[in-house]
Amino acid sequence: MSNTRQAAETSRLRAPLFFAIMTALIVLEGVTSGWNSALGILNMGLISAIMALGVNMQWGYAGLFNAGAMGFVALGGLAPVLISMPPTQGAFKAGGFGLIVAFIIAAIAVLAAVWLYKRLHGLARGLAVAAVLIVGFFAYRFFLDPAVSAIEAINPSAAGNLGGLGLPTLISWPVGAILAAGAAWLVGKTALGLRSDYLAIATLGIAEILVAVLKNEQWLDRGVLNVNGIPRPWPVPYEINLQNSQAFVAQMQAWGIDPTLGSTITVKLAFLVLFVVVILVLLWLTEMSLRSPWGRMMRAIRDNEISAAAMGKNITRRHLQIFVLGSAVIGLAGAMMISLDGQMTPSSYNPLRYTFLILVMVIVGGSGSNWGAILGGVLIWYVWVKAGDWGPDIMGLLASPFPDGPFKAHMIASAAHMRMLVMGVILLGVLRFSPRGLLPEK
Amino acid sequence: MDIINALVAVTNYVIIPATAYGAQLALGALGVTLIYSILRFSNFAHGDTMAFGTGVTILITWGFQAMGISFGPLPTALLALPFGIVITSALMLGTDRVVYRYYRRVRAAPVVMVMVSVGVMFVMNALTRFLIGVDQINFDDGARFIINARQWREMTGLTEPLTLRSTQVITVVTAVIVVAALFWFLGRTRTGKSMRAFSDNEDLALLSGIDPNKVVAVTWIITGALATIAGTLYGLDKSFKAFTYFQLLLPIFASAIVGGIGNPVGAIAGGFVISFSEVGLTYAWKKVVTYLIPNWEPDGLVQLLSTDYKYAVSFTILILVLIFKPTGLFKGKIV
Repeated sequence: MSNTRQAAETSRLRAPLFFAIMTALIVLEGVTSGWNSALGILNMGLISAIMALGVNMQWGYAGLFNAGAMGFVALGGLAPVLISMPPTQGAFKAGGFGLIVAFIIAAIAVLAAVWLYKRLHGLARGLAVAAVLIVGFFAYRFFLDPAVSAIEAINPSAAGNLGGLGLPTLISWPVGAILAAGAAWLVGKTALGLRSDYLAIATLGIAEILVAVLKNEQWLDRGVLNVNGIPRPWPVPYEINLQNSQAFVAQMQAWGIDPTLGSTITVKLAFLVLFVVVILVLLWLTEMSLRSPWGRMMRAIRDNEISAAAMGKNITRRHLQIFVLGSAVIGLAGAMMISLDGQMTPSSYNPLRYTFLILVMVIVGGSGSNWGAILGGVLIWYVWVKAGDWGPDIMGLLASPFPDGPFKAHMIASAAHMRMLVMGVILLGVLRFSPRGLLPEK
Repeated sequence: MDIINALVAVTNYVIIPATAYGAQLALGALGVTLIYSILRFSNFAHGDTMAFGTGVTILITWGFQAMGISFGPLPTALLALPFGIVITSALMLGTDRVVYRYYRRVRAAPVVMVMVSVGVMFVMNALTRFLIGVDQINFDDGARFIINARQWREMTGLTEPLTLRSTQVITVVTAVIVVAALFWFLGRTRTGKSMRAFSDNEDLALLSGIDPNKVVAVTWIITGALATIAGTLYGLDKSFKAFTYFQLLLPIFASAIVGGIGNPVGAIAGGFVISFSEVGLTYAWKKVVTYLIPNWEPDGLVQLLSTDYKYAVSFTILILVLIFKPTGLFKGKIV
């Protein structure tokens, strides 16, 4: 990164060319495998691109290695559950009070511990802080446990959780960003300002914990029982409503399109428009900030921390700021993804897919380049999906000379893991031979 | 009598499992810490290296079993282990030659090296999956117990059972031998001393004529060996699953940092701190409490934390150490 960042000339046509290639790939997918599949890849690619924008802010602007994007994606995804799902009848009455008391106790205990830590010294400090935390923990569990069992007892086959506020889904997107930003602040506050890779290890940990919380706290999001039927954001319609609408069916028939197919494509197009609007807004914001004095300062810090510090910049604070902002963008993408899927499945969060794949997107696209992050997001997502399809074909070809038997079966069965190899080779190749990525930072 | 029963329960459910797990973590953390002190980056591929080494060892174990070779009461995997170590170390040397050497030459920043290790992690992950798949595999053969519950009851007449599995004893014995050999190597041999010199001050070591390529090569060989041993012991004790090994990365890093990263003694101490906290906090203490406090049966399980949150323990300890003592319990190095 640092020592390969020469200001090499890149052609002005480079970005349009790569975006044209990407469009061509999506069109090719549409022609060969149907537009549903193509738009599906594109929509998820755009969400990945937003995640990549967030990670790019951290890695590309500031050189911070976030190894826990998965956690922020998952936490952002909690927002649609808590905001846009209808409330569970009676759940708040049953356990809401206990939950609130428990969390207030936890907050008081932590604040008291911090206060005591600052006021006292020596052995007294250790004992007092430990005592406050232990008493606080038991008091917290004393109120939390009955509240949780009360909530989980309500209609456990369909609900068993608090439910949401029943507000419009679009509101949940910024809330997802705020949730992720809050978690990022806590992690950043402790791990920034130390060795650079401590942040990576701390984020790796917080991600595992956030996903564990989502998997196990049934009162919150039904855990591994999943939340289904999360409302779609305005103005995205439902397929069934379109198919029942006479005007829509007539219009589709006039165009010679099967109404069922037409309805699924219309829904995907509506999501697409929404996502493109979000991306354009984010892109405008990030590009403007990069050109502002603040952006120049961030790059100065990244390129030479010591000289930036000598100029009076508070490096740790700036790192914390960019880390929180980037995580907010990742959380936003997490909330958008849950709205697109319409369900929350905590067990589907996998670090390779949601943390390390996003890093590959940023590096392939070009560290520090927002357009690069978007290109990398869509392109790498396309390769990730297609490597799953092509893997068995390629492996079948490779295995064809071998006689049928366990070895050949093993070879073909293992082809599904081809995408890991492809991603590893792409990441290593780009880092080694083209560290500035496809669309280098200007 | 109740106090003895309580002690037996604690030994059975906390001390014995945590000791075995701590030994496994310590071996893993030693690998991370060695890479850190010689090559100066946090190796994210270490979990997958452990998985790869274990996968190879399992394949060779199956080969031995098919040929009818066994190790008597001990698991066959111990016979296969040296071969697994050779193959894994060879892979490490190959990776260094193809990938890491370039970044050492251009003196890349540590965080770039970490990113490179993520690329290696993907490739190793894929190799392990190609080799052995993603399913859970039990490859422990040989005698299962040294003491089983029935023998214990006949021996002592206590109501509380105590079991000692052979894999737990094998883990601890192997770990002691490996650690003793490693410390002998680092402290007494010429190569080991040059490694320590290189770790303390690279420039000075180079000036004194230490061959950096040799130091790096030996480090990778030892890391490959440590990862394979740690992974195989963990797999024998519990079971092998590629993804579990990836998740071990967090407790292993936590162990290395808690002990003081770059410090081998610290890595071992850190491994046990993490394992005892993890097992102790996620154990349901109800039984012990019932023995100790007569006439009182607690309502709940007296479990401080559900086992699903065991990673939260490593994380919390990690954060506490980062806040209060960033150099770790034993003075590590901050590059």
